Amino acid sequence: MAADKPATDALQGAAVVDVRGVEKRFANGTQALAPVDLAVRPGEFVTLLGPSGCGKSTLLRTIAGLTQPSAGTLRWWGGGMAGVGEPGRKLVFVFQDATLMPWTRVRANVRLPLDLAGVPREEADARVDASLALVGLAKFDRHYPRELSGGMQMRTSIARALVTEPDLLLLDEPFGALDEITRNKLDADLLALWWRKRFTVMFVTHSIYEAVFLSTRVVVMSARPGRVFREIVIDAPHPRSEGFRVTQQFAAYAKLLSECLLEASTEGAPQGNAGAPSGGVVGMAGKPGAST
Amino acid sequence: MKRDWLGKVVAPAAVGVFVLALWQWLVTALEVPVYLVPSPLVVAQTLVDDRVLLLGSLWVTLKVTFAAFVIAVLGGTAMAFVFVQSRWVERSLFPYAVLLQVTPIVAIAPLIIIWVDNAGVALTLCAAIVAIFPVISNTTLGLRSVSPGLVDLFRMNKATRWQTLARLRIPSALPYFFGGLRISSGLSLIGAVVAEFVAGTGGTGAGLAYQILVSGFQLNVPRLFAALFLITLTGVVLFVLMVWLSRLALGDWHESELMIEP
Ligand SMILES: Nc1ncnc2c1ncn2[C@@H]1O[C@H](COP(=O)(O)OP(=O)(O)OP(=O)(O)O)[C@@H](O)[C@H]1O
Ligand SMILES: [Mg+2]
Repeated sequence: MAADKPATDALQGAAVVDVRGVEKRFANGTQALAPVDLAVRPGEFVTLLGPSGCGKSTLLRTIAGLTQPSAGTLRWWGGGMAGVGEPGRKLVFVFQDATLMPWTRVRANVRLPLDLAGVPREEADARVDASLALVGLAKFDRHYPRELSGGMQMRTSIARALVTEPDLLLLDEPFGALDEITRNKLDADLLALWWRKRFTVMFVTHSIYEAVFLSTRVVVMSARPGRVFREIVIDAPHPRSEGFRVTQQFAAYAKLLSECLLEASTEGAPQGNAGAPSGGVVGMAGKPGAST
Repeated sequence: MKRDWLGKVVAPAAVGVFVLALWQWLVTALEVPVYLVPSPLVVAQTLVDDRVLLLGSLWVTLKVTFAAFVIAVLGGTAMAFVFVQSRWVERSLFPYAVLLQVTPIVAIAPLIIIWVDNAGVALTLCAAIVAIFPVISNTTLGLRSVSPGLVDLFRMNKATRWQTLARLRIPSALPYFFGGLRISSGLSLIGAVVAEFVAGTGGTGAGLAYQILVSGFQLNVPRLFAALFLITLTGVVLFVLMVWLSRLALGDWHESELMIEP
């Protein structure tokens, strides 16, 4: 079952996102990103992990086209930003908080991207229904956002992202504000969705466990200015169930990641990775428990 | 729900009745002459006796107040929309809006009354000048106070300027706008009364402020109190109306009645 997932087969297909030598310096002089090289291929679930303030959000926002890089180039599906949004090249961003419009109901919130694109109401409503069903909120379409729990608001936000049938989903700590039980549940739901829908995901998190559980590949970033410190392939088969969390392999990956993270946050110098070819999987790929 | 109603209406009403009763009792017990402090009953009697005169004046003041309020709301909102078009526009124009706010209306009312022939128009203009600033500042603030996440969301969905305005900026601004309306409605009344005092117009166009002036000269203190009562009542009714309007517009989604002072 894992074999038909292209995630671990490096360099197959054109990169969904190709980040080359991207730097970001803010107006106030803060250098948030040192040159970053990173390529994400179709169907991957890539997680960015790194110490707070290392530029994960900045990188994700740059990929989303919300901020311009100070240097370097970005390619989306081999083209420029202009082509993003065409069929097969849809990109959506899920923010850390749900960012729902408090003045409209769940249905109208989820329908927003379709309304803005001028999709006819009937078709839009059908797609909203499907999207809400995917996140398990079919019965809550008439509620106002404030009538929902934090987890349900986040689901609404994800439904709004899914309604456009994205090819690339960018999530910036989407479940960071939720309790662990809810987060685990939403993680599992997201992973199941990804497995079913075959979109590409870039996910930012602080949680090592979340990174191991979800990812096909974890990109560890080092402290400011952010660089790719190491990339680690999580070589465990999909679909993953909750049971994966209690395997030896999971524990080994978690240990590896936490060591790596510690190194990345304490040590300033890059580990000879800065010049590595973009998209190259460096480091200890699949080292612990490579066989399952 | 029922308790809520009890607290909101019955409690203040009880206080009012108590104060009136105390007032009545003090005035009677101390035998205060009616030209100093009339008792509530005398004021009520005057309201009934002078109803034609007083209601006519109330109508004059109300017309000025409403016209000024409408001008302030329309003009203030239009100016806010101009301000948010660019920081540059706001920076060049906002100081003048502030100037409008800080110049005492008593000081410029005589000028306006000289310049504008029609007394009613002059008074309305004065009152509108007093009332416009909260609408401008609150609506501008509201149109700018859009959650940055939602701005990004609209941007990523390639929303047009118009879509962003209609679907994002205006709904976000509504709570602030209604906060501005509340303040502005009261100021319209104050502006109308103050302008009338300055103008001192009598005759058929005599408003409540003129009745207060004349009653003062004639030591007709009960009528003065009656006119004062009508002004206060108008202010309260206006305020309640605004609260009700904002409930109607925001009650469904806005957690609290956001009240922003300028
Ligand atoms: N608009 C901005 N102007 C100036 N500096 C900024 C801006 N946004 C972010 N920074 C700085 O850039 C650096 C990276 O920020 P970023 O938000 O990308 O970090 P992060 O890795 O997402 O952190 P966290 O895990 O805490 O969310 C930080 O030092 C931050 O202070
Ligand atoms: Mg962040």
